[in-house]
Amino acid sequence: MEGEPAEALFFIASGAVKVFKTSAEGKEQILSIVRPGESFNDISVFDGGMNPASAQAMGEVFLHGIAREEVHDLLKNHPEVAVNVVKVMAQRVRELVSLVEDLSFRHVISRVAKILLEYVSDRSDPRPRLTQQEIAAMAGTAREVVGRSLKSLEESGVIRLESHRVVISNKDALRQMVAEPA
Amino acid sequence: MNEAPRFEQDKCNGCRLCVSVCMHGGFVLKGDYVEMNTEAECDWCQDCEMVCPTGAISFPFEVVEEES
Repeated sequence: MEGEPAEALFFIASGAVKVFKTSAEGKEQILSIVRPGESFNDISVFDGGMNPASAQAMGEVFLHGIAREEVHDLLKNHPEVAVNVVKVMAQRVRELVSLVEDLSFRHVISRVAKILLEYVSDRSDPRPRLTQQEIAAMAGTAREVVGRSLKSLEESGVIRLESHRVVISNKDALRQMVAEPA
Repeated sequence: MNEAPRFEQDKCNGCRLCVSVCMHGGFVLKGDYVEMNTEAECDWCQDCEMVCPTGAISFPFEVVEEES
């Protein structure tokens, strides 16, 4: 939880975990959705500080945990692991820069379009299922606005809303919406 | 039977709006609390999600590309 110390670094074996901040008014901003093979709790495990964000399972999740002291020993004794950790942290910074860019410069509908493209599932690469509330928390907006954006995308013929799924019917048009400057 | 929405009991404030809006009896009162009626046939209208003031009800969906 945000503001608490982290005793372990967690790796996801199956399922997904959302990492998020909560405002004083209770508004949630999702920073990332962590998927199998990825880790969370890294920042506070590495710098020894409090957790800057909270994490919550999105459905059933199977995790592996490595205690903080063991992570430090691992990094000291295995430089190749340390190099990989630096790469992962650099990727995190890239993702956060991208999030700041999206929140600052993109229209909501473009943010929603980008999230839909990032979460397309196929048989070889299943992605977590999303709710309108979760998309809102990623896009920095209200659930009602996400609902209206999805309707608007459907009216444009870019997506089709069905129960249990959003079908992207014109991926190129959706990509174009993401590429266009705000 | 259609899949039921996700209901997070800890977020529910017991306002009962979902009970009154669901045409299929998907939510029931148990004392001061609201519970999901797992026997109900949800038609995925999402009205309960729209009226819920605390975001306790949601409808998870997957994003897929149209098969050509």
